[in-house]
Amino acid sequence: MASEVVDATAPKPRGGRFCTVCNERRAALKRPKTLEQICKECFYAVFEDEIHRVIVDNHLFKPGERIAIGASGGKDSTVLAYVLSELNIRHGYGLDLFLLSIDEGITGYRDDSLETVKRNEIQYGLPLQVVSYKELYGWTMDEIVKLIGLKNNCTFCGVFRRQALDRGAALLKVDKLVTGHNADDIAETVLLNILRGDIARLSRCTSITTGEDGPIPRCKPFKCSSVFNLLIDSFEVGPLTCSSRIYSPNAYRGFAREFIKDLERIRPRAILDIIKSGEDFRISTSTKMPEQGNCERCGYISSQKWCKACVLLEGLNRGLPKLGIGRTRGLNNERNKDMKATNGTKALQSKQCGTLDF
Amino acid sequence: MTVKSEEKKTGKMACNSATCQSGCYGDEHSVDEDYQKRPPQPEDGVPPGGGNFNSDGLCIKCKVNETIATTHPAVSDGGGDRGRFCADCFQSNLFGKFRFAVTSNAMISSSDNVLVAFSGGPSSRLALQFVHEMQQKAQKNLDASRDRLLPVFGVGVAYIDESTIYPASSHDFDGTINQMELIVASLAPPAKQFFVVPTQSIYSHDFAAGKDRLTELVGAVSDITGKEDLLVHLRMRSLQKVALENGYTKVVLGTCTSRIACHVLEATVKGQGFSLAADIQYVDARWKIPVVLPLRDCLSEDLNVCCILDSLKTVEAFQQPRSGINGLISSFVKLLQEENPSRESTIVRTAGKLTPFCFKRIPEVGDSNGHLASKRRQKKYNLKPSESLPPESYCLICNSPLKKPNGTSSNCFRDGETSSEIYASTCSSCQYQILPKDPTSLENFLLLLPQSMTTMAKEAVTTKSC
Repeated sequence: MASEVVDATAPKPRGGRFCTVCNERRAALKRPKTLEQICKECFYAVFEDEIHRVIVDNHLFKPGERIAIGASGGKDSTVLAYVLSELNIRHGYGLDLFLLSIDEGITGYRDDSLETVKRNEIQYGLPLQVVSYKELYGWTMDEIVKLIGLKNNCTFCGVFRRQALDRGAALLKVDKLVTGHNADDIAETVLLNILRGDIARLSRCTSITTGEDGPIPRCKPFKCSSVFNLLIDSFEVGPLTCSSRIYSPNAYRGFAREFIKDLERIRPRAILDIIKSGEDFRISTSTKMPEQGNCERCGYISSQKWCKACVLLEGLNRGLPKLGIGRTRGLNNERNKDMKATNGTKALQSKQCGTLDF
Repeated sequence: MTVKSEEKKTGKMACNSATCQSGCYGDEHSVDEDYQKRPPQPEDGVPPGGGNFNSDGLCIKCKVNETIATTHPAVSDGGGDRGRFCADCFQSNLFGKFRFAVTSNAMISSSDNVLVAFSGGPSSRLALQFVHEMQQKAQKNLDASRDRLLPVFGVGVAYIDESTIYPASSHDFDGTINQMELIVASLAPPAKQFFVVPTQSIYSHDFAAGKDRLTELVGAVSDITGKEDLLVHLRMRSLQKVALENGYTKVVLGTCTSRIACHVLEATVKGQGFSLAADIQYVDARWKIPVVLPLRDCLSEDLNVCCILDSLKTVEAFQQPRSGINGLISSFVKLLQEENPSRESTIVRTAGKLTPFCFKRIPEVGDSNGHLASKRRQKKYNLKPSESLPPESYCLICNSPLKKPNGTSSNCFRDGETSSEIYASTCSSCQYQILPKDPTSLENFLLLLPQSMTTMAKEAVTTKSC
């Protein structure tokens, strides 16, 4: 796991007024990881260096590759666009970088974020491709929410977005997809997978590169960084936080997010500790994992007959909004295994008391 | 954060809408991926989609008595098993889970002397009660049997007295101990020994010196969570010591599903993902005296209710509310459980899918003398060949298996041989939250640790085999 570069030889100033790295400029903020005082310039330098180390140590890219940067217009992807274009030049990665943005068709929300992405295109000189749900699936999120309400819309959007990124990337003929998921996101995902019992995802979600056996591998260079809140003001990013996503108030992820925020306040390093735990989990080989195949309808990678997006679309088009939400009996063999494992309570219910021998 | 949304579906109230995330859709038992719904069994006469809500108020098992929701409305908010079972079936269900855990994991054999850890709370009270009832039944069997081959296992009770760390007035303290003695006395015949074990007894038997040493040790830990966790580790050491010195062969803990769910999250959040699987098994044979968790499959809510229904006396024995990270997680899990009553079970089940260590079962004892008879009766359900090699070393503070290579903590480099030795024998979590940072305090801290911790580390390498 990458750790931030610390200049161990810099003398610690008394009173903590000066940056502990350069000792010249006044400290502007406190690094969450080390609680050191640091000035803005040094912070950027340290941060960029850390990302460079992550890229190099994990062999994320090869020269000449076409890389699509998943750009939502939010702070994470804006910083990602900036850092990648910067490091690409500074360290000569030789990468062909693009911005890839998804238009979910949410009035008001996406319009603002698309503006930010267009600004990024100009600021960092990265060509932009926009792919919309409407052209991919025939539905905008506004239309979907109108049909199904606010309870499971995040399921739809999440599934559709993942495919949209892949399809967009395929259109652009890119070699890899890069997303701005940071440490908080990964930690949240680990937690959610524990809470939901998704052992298959739990074993994969902490890898820095996923989907290497699929069409487009994805990497998350910010996997171990959680410093974005401090960078916001410099990047003039619009007010896009989770709470402003108008359709997401009931998303289950909100629970985990609040918890992580509280946790971070008590012990900042806990976020990275969660990721470390996720990496250290050993999953039994006897646990049944879903097999990877292809969707019969559209050819996308899928562990079931139809990929999730096709199932959901079928539901929307047939006016059955619950289709594909939750567990359906008999369809997925993985579910039956979970039923068996419910601690033998069913076995007890059918046995008469007193026949259990001691 | 709002949990219950406005657009809850009314009308088709097939299930408890406070807990069901997605709302049921007709006959398709489609529930949110998050929500593990137990499928209704048609043979019980419950209409499909009946879920948690029992319209006729009768126990779904015996179909004779009324459910707890009807007979004891005060204890039955939230649904769950209380809306399904009558008081009798509810209790026998819980006892059934206990007994199943005991027999399928070979927890208690007839030649054992088990020491039940008793905190006064409902979980350990019920553990004690169930163990006692099991002992009584064994005694009855013995009296009735002709060959009289199987002796009855012995039972003792231990309360760990932490008054050195959490001072209480002597009046309160004596009152509490009295109540506990009465409880233990009521669980006879056979009579059971009751030990009040002050934490400082992990040192030598010099009472005053032990107290000071303990106070200094705990005082040296600055992190609140670390302090709490250290006390938990000391508690286990105390139990081990009293068990060892008094001829007990097993330690019984009342740890329930809810506690384990919290522990899963605590361990995850403290970077202990590697060793997590060690702490959540039915049997923990790392210790000299193996530790067993027969109530592992019971929810604390259910255990609470059972104590109330049975009018079992519990004792409010200076239980400290969890603070720091443990407290945060405790509230978080409570919140989750309120939103979805299967959450705790799901968490424990997920963690149960992690590769266990080999010490998850009682090591086979090779000698004879009636063990053959007991073996005949033991049903060994879960005994797969060990899936992993025994760990080479364990953290000397929390006894968690150490990932090799260890000692490469990302904190910083230390000079001095003793320090690097210590970092090689402790897990990164204990290094961060328990061990003092500067070298002098660290040296001092190590001297304050009980011998059982420092010698166990060496013993483990040479004698432990699975």
